[in-house]
Amino acid sequence: MREQGVWSLAWSRLRRDRVGFVSLFVVLAYIAVMLAAAAGWLAHDWTEQRGVSYAPPAFMGPDLSAAAGLQREQRGPVEDYGIPDPLAPDLAEIAKGLSGVGGNEARSPTLAFGGDKWGRDVLKKTLKGAEVSLFVGLAAAALATLLGTVLGALAGFRGGWVDDFFNWLYSVFTSIPYLLLVLAVAAVVNQKGVLTVSLILGLTGWTGIFRLVRAEYLKHKVREYVLAADVIGASPARRMFVHILPNVSHVVLVQLSLHVVLFIKSEVILTFLGFGVGVETVSWGSMLAEAGSELLLGKWWQITAATAAMALLVTAFSLFTDAMRDALDPRLK
Amino acid sequence: MIPYTLRRLWQFVPTLAGVVLLVFFLFNWVGGDPAYLLAGKISNPEQIENIRRQLGVDESYPTQLGIFVKQIATADFGASWATNERVSDIFRTRLGPSLTVLVPLLLISTLLGMAAAMLVAYLRGSLTDRAVMIACTVGQSISILVYILIFQYLLAYRLGWFPVQGWGTTFGENLLRYSALAIIVGVAVSLAPDIRLYRTFLLDEIGQDYVRTARAKGMSEGRVMWVHVLRNAAIPIVTNVLLQLPGLLAGAFLIERFFGIPGIGREVILAVERSDFPVIKAVSVYVAIATMVVNLVADLLYRAIDPRVQLK
Repeated sequence: MREQGVWSLAWSRLRRDRVGFVSLFVVLAYIAVMLAAAAGWLAHDWTEQRGVSYAPPAFMGPDLSAAAGLQREQRGPVEDYGIPDPLAPDLAEIAKGLSGVGGNEARSPTLAFGGDKWGRDVLKKTLKGAEVSLFVGLAAAALATLLGTVLGALAGFRGGWVDDFFNWLYSVFTSIPYLLLVLAVAAVVNQKGVLTVSLILGLTGWTGIFRLVRAEYLKHKVREYVLAADVIGASPARRMFVHILPNVSHVVLVQLSLHVVLFIKSEVILTFLGFGVGVETVSWGSMLAEAGSELLLGKWWQITAATAAMALLVTAFSLFTDAMRDALDPRLK
Repeated sequence: MIPYTLRRLWQFVPTLAGVVLLVFFLFNWVGGDPAYLLAGKISNPEQIENIRRQLGVDESYPTQLGIFVKQIATADFGASWATNERVSDIFRTRLGPSLTVLVPLLLISTLLGMAAAMLVAYLRGSLTDRAVMIACTVGQSISILVYILIFQYLLAYRLGWFPVQGWGTTFGENLLRYSALAIIVGVAVSLAPDIRLYRTFLLDEIGQDYVRTARAKGMSEGRVMWVHVLRNAAIPIVTNVLLQLPGLLAGAFLIERFFGIPGIGREVILAVERSDFPVIKAVSVYVAIATMVVNLVADLLYRAIDPRVQLK
């Protein structure tokens, strides 16, 4: 009979889980979108103002009332008492920019899934936003997992003062609520950008992983296979990362996946509040920030696009995490 | 119990010292020189020197740390940099509105969450259970921002059932008129994670031997669920609710901001926007102390209602 490794066993269990398998494909599709957008193959021209302001989605047809209102405004005579208005050329320029018609190229009255205030394509913004939001989630989760795993391994394996020190650090970080800590760090750093946000989230979000990995190491370091490795002269670092780590890697992987979801949600809130990625980048958070005032005007497409894109990714990621947990640790079921 | 409590209180000291060091490190070292932030764009070296002297940031780091520790010990963080309001006054006046929203919010969401969790735990494995669980997963995946935006737009702006935002003068008006929609949104957001969590607590209990014994001796299913299972599952649920409280105090900032509720959370956001360091420092330290105290109370409570728990 052919021997099967732990990973191939987990893979075959995952393949039997239909919901988990479909979720995996959704997550992979998002990652493909992220890579394509990062490489410039997709939505690289999201800043271009293709349509009229608040162009409705193509299936709704062009917005006739807005065009009519615009013409009425331009018709009104202006009493200038014989003095030429010094701002007239500037105002005309602004009016032209606002109306979105007399620009260099003719603007389209509708866009695939609507346009924002400046006539940018909401669909392209959503795709580009997926790149930013998913990248922040993955990068921050990778950093937090790395920190939590290394510190947890050290604390659990070494014990003694190392354990005391990291436990102290853990209790300090957890006694300040997570979002408050993130906001406090954002306040002092006072800098925006994709990397800054990833760093802030990653450096503050390692505590949960630390606690779990430390507990696993406490359990594993007295097991016989580790003692046997010690007897044949394996160094502490080798026992920690070559012998024990593969045996706790399922915990680490599930945590990594859980934290991607957590950080995507946190990034959206941070960006919404204006402490996240800068104004020159688009993320789902910045789209939602615009959506508040748009809703009052009845322009529902931007909030719908951002919410749907985010909900699909987060749901798929959560379901995939559950499936992965079941596949890697069948005792739990 | 008393020696345990004393030992835990003693353990507060290093943790609190760590929080103080962390906050000090962030704001006095990473944060850079606040004088440049405060002086604005038009400033001369003299003005900056003046501001630095007023804030005490021209002192050495140990002296500054001493000032900070003294501020915490005397609960006097000075005045806000942005509004010159005393930080202690800010806390006193903002705590009431925060609690007006948070206490009903926690009560309603816990009771509703428990009721729904009882139902799905009782029907575990059925179509209803699976549908509710999927709905919870999807509900959790939607950002809290979307809940707030949609609820505010539909219920307040469109239908006019609630004021869009605002705050009155009497407690009754605040609770029933201005906080109502904020509480509804808060309950809608916390329901999905609560149901999922409480369901696992309940399922843990339903699998226990005493439940099988109760059923075997012919007890009605209603009594098994409502008396035996619920009482035991209530222990982790109550602890969980208690532990959420300090985080919510500062974490309800989105709700407070959108509905114009003058609470602690909104103050945090305003302070972060204005780089108002004294307010953020005070909030961080106080919320950390509150978290530690609540953790201790939760552990003691756990011990009091569950004699099996051994406190070490």
